[in-house]
Amino acid sequence: MDFEKLGLKAGIEIHQQLNTKEKLFCQCPTALRDFEERTGEFFRYLRATESEMGEIDRAAKEEMKVMRRFTYYTYDTTCLVENDEEPPAPLNPEALSIALTVAKMTGMTPVEQVHVMRKLVIDGSNTSGFQRTALVALNGSIPGGARIETVCLEEEAAQRVEGDTFSLDRLGIPLVEITTAPDMHTPEQVQEVARTIGMILRSTGCVKRGIGTIRQDINISIAKGARVEIKGVQELDLIDEVVRRETARQVNLLGIRDELHRRDASVNPEPVVVTSLFADTKSTILKKANFIAAVVLRGFDGLVGREIQPGRRLGSEMADYAKKCGVGGIFHTDELPAYGVTAEEVARLREFVGAGEGDCVVLVAASKDRALCAATQVMWRAALALEGVPEETRKMLEEGSTSYMRPLPGAARMYPETDVLPVPVSPERWDGIELPEFISAKAERFVADLGLDVALARQVAYSEKAGAFERAVEGGVKPTLTARTLLGTLRELSREGVDIDRLDDDAIIEVLTRAESGTLAKEAIPGVLSAMCGGSRIDDAIRQVAPAMSEEELVALIRDILSTRAEFIQERGMGALGPLMGVVMKEARGKADGKLISELLKRELQQMV
Amino acid sequence: MEQNPDLPELAILSTGGTIASRIDYRTGAVTSQFDADDILRAIPRLGEIAQFRAHQIASILSENMTPSLWIDLARSIYAEIRNGAKGVIVTHGTDTMSFTASAVSFMLETPVPVIFVGSQRSADRPSSDNVMNALCSASAALSDLGEVAVVMHASTNDDRCAVHRATKVRKMHTSRRDAFASIGMLPLGYVDYPSLEVSLGDDAVRRGGIEVALHDTIEEKVGLVTFYPGMPADVLSRFEGCRGLVLAGTGLGHVSTACIGALRDLIEGGCHVVMTSQCLHGRVCDRVYDTGRDLLALGVIEGEDMLPEVALVKLMWVLGQHDDAGEVRRLMRTNLRGEIRRCSCNGF
Repeated sequence: MDFEKLGLKAGIEIHQQLNTKEKLFCQCPTALRDFEERTGEFFRYLRATESEMGEIDRAAKEEMKVMRRFTYYTYDTTCLVENDEEPPAPLNPEALSIALTVAKMTGMTPVEQVHVMRKLVIDGSNTSGFQRTALVALNGSIPGGARIETVCLEEEAAQRVEGDTFSLDRLGIPLVEITTAPDMHTPEQVQEVARTIGMILRSTGCVKRGIGTIRQDINISIAKGARVEIKGVQELDLIDEVVRRETARQVNLLGIRDELHRRDASVNPEPVVVTSLFADTKSTILKKANFIAAVVLRGFDGLVGREIQPGRRLGSEMADYAKKCGVGGIFHTDELPAYGVTAEEVARLREFVGAGEGDCVVLVAASKDRALCAATQVMWRAALALEGVPEETRKMLEEGSTSYMRPLPGAARMYPETDVLPVPVSPERWDGIELPEFISAKAERFVADLGLDVALARQVAYSEKAGAFERAVEGGVKPTLTARTLLGTLRELSREGVDIDRLDDDAIIEVLTRAESGTLAKEAIPGVLSAMCGGSRIDDAIRQVAPAMSEEELVALIRDILSTRAEFIQERGMGALGPLMGVVMKEARGKADGKLISELLKRELQQMV
Repeated sequence: MEQNPDLPELAILSTGGTIASRIDYRTGAVTSQFDADDILRAIPRLGEIAQFRAHQIASILSENMTPSLWIDLARSIYAEIRNGAKGVIVTHGTDTMSFTASAVSFMLETPVPVIFVGSQRSADRPSSDNVMNALCSASAALSDLGEVAVVMHASTNDDRCAVHRATKVRKMHTSRRDAFASIGMLPLGYVDYPSLEVSLGDDAVRRGGIEVALHDTIEEKVGLVTFYPGMPADVLSRFEGCRGLVLAGTGLGHVSTACIGALRDLIEGGCHVVMTSQCLHGRVCDRVYDTGRDLLALGVIEGEDMLPEVALVKLMWVLGQHDDAGEVRRLMRTNLRGEIRRCSCNGF
């Protein structure tokens, strides 16, 4: 595909969880919990409300086709604010400072006052039915030149447990949302910009790490297509594939549109009730349903089943729309006979609804209300196919295809959060923000100043332990020993099942400092750290794991070993050094520094030879 | 908006509650338009339950409610019932809803349900409790109930509303949906959601049986004081000239010995003093300890198991009806609208 020729335009919104002490609008910790730790649950219904203009947002309306009951899990780390049972606390100043830092790092202009708004979201992921969001700064750019339009501070949504059940531990964790201009024109550019923004965010040292802590939404359109927002892309490496597949989807939908126009296709305005036709069917789904509606799509034959993305057909899009009414899916004649529906039944259906060879018939089976609602949705989506690509919010599926969530939200979606006072951003506050070093610059500095090789420098700079690394090195510990311990040893211990989260950076630096000064053998570092993870204090850990040998004790040990191997030494002379080192180390490992052992052994051996 | 003429008629009186309120961004205020159309557009399902006529009595925050507005409201409710309303719904801010509900309860003898309803979470939010509370209140207003009640969420779930007796209900939480609680008794009943099925307990007064009647005079010169350790006696002296004073005393109904003199002066000056307890739960008994006996000797009236706010409203109303000290004392100790229970039940 020639993306530039297709007129690909893409922008991204990056949502990054902040590692603050407290949530954005309450004093609860930002800790994620296991569902089994819940202390209780409650349930609510949400409904779309009118905006001040008397309109209901089109995206909210779409979510409200059926009355949905949402269940929420509570924890001993959540409170009435998450339950939507208490007004929000003032905006978390720590979170605002981080957002301002990000804004300053990208050369943005802060707003004079931060106003919190409510953004309607009634899919159940927010107990209130809205997500609080606040614009913090405008107009910046990142290295490489991509323009940043806005930086916002938002509250994280509740985590879906399954179906309509949500967990409240995640609700309210602060997020920064960075929105780029739609400046990117190839899949690779999109991925590169996302990577750079991720680097900038991590440079603050104040963001959460790990799966699900950063999510990209991608806005894509092609020249004759439409703007589509794809939500929740978690893996950076999939971004280019998502862009490629969405471009293909839009190209294919435009192809279908052109074909429909050639065929003079249309959508029959009324669904037909066909319940009685399937009274004796072998299809369990149709047999179970007490109401079956058929939608006749004139001239659509073969196109409903046409693939528009790997694993996705126009029929999948229609099914997504229908599911908003609470039905499980649809059948269409492009895929029939199948699923227990026979060729005779299909023929009878076509005859009954007056569908010709070039037509496609879509079936929905459910209760009467739901089936009619779903039939209307199918007709709506079919009509949209005649126009081309609908503006939609979509969600990413595994491997980079997408499914429909709801129409793009309209202007009726945002209104002021009246329970939170605006926060002024004074020039003093803005000027007082210190810019952290970009991780990319840090990596270059580690190469230039510390002599680390490029790969190790990047690994250290990008890791969560970059701060500890720098402090240890400033304290005189050798960079290579520090890097090896922080990146290698800790990971190995963790893999062995040691709970390394119990170690704080200061403790690790203390161990490294003692090793560097020679009071602890380097070989003993893993054992000492492991003991400290088990709860021992540093001195106890060293005594326990590596009772240090004094030089006299070491010399005595060496002499003892040499005296029992006199014959071997006579035979090999100084050539015995290597094998003997192994014997001594076996006894002294972790109790004395390897270098000292080597020196003493050499001296003692020379005296004997 | 068309209403179904086959459905029973309900009246909705608004005092500035949030059921159909909307913020006007030109003025920054809550819009004052309030008619049946507004309500039905906000809560379409109401139109399947009843026909509505709506009137706005006031458009105020409930902390700005006054006894004179209680009287306006009681008169409007009376007129609606005389006009054939099968039930009356009053939308009200939640802060002082229980004061107004108990005032109406004393002023009005009603054969039909008079239901006070509000919402704890603003109507603009998709999670607001206003829709469920309004629907449940409409169902309660059509039910077999025959007294003044408050209908609000029974728990944090959207599962059912509780029907509370107006003279036994209290707002017990600043923000939760289920802030309202019956004190000293179980709720009169429940309205399930979304079925809107009403179930009433044996305590609930049933519909019909009496003619509607209105007794709408109130004495406003009545005070309410919560006693606290070290309270200076001259706090009480400030109530000189009042016709009544309700004390929320400690425990069984006490104030400090230092306050006795000031109380004597008040009572000798013609002020009726009623003792209630800041415990809220339980009954006042001033015969157990010395201070209590001193209070009784002064002529302090024991308020039984009345809530302090209910005793205040009742005393205002009783003093609006009667001048005779003996009659005031007798009525304050007599159950009139379910505000006094003969026995303190198990479990409360």
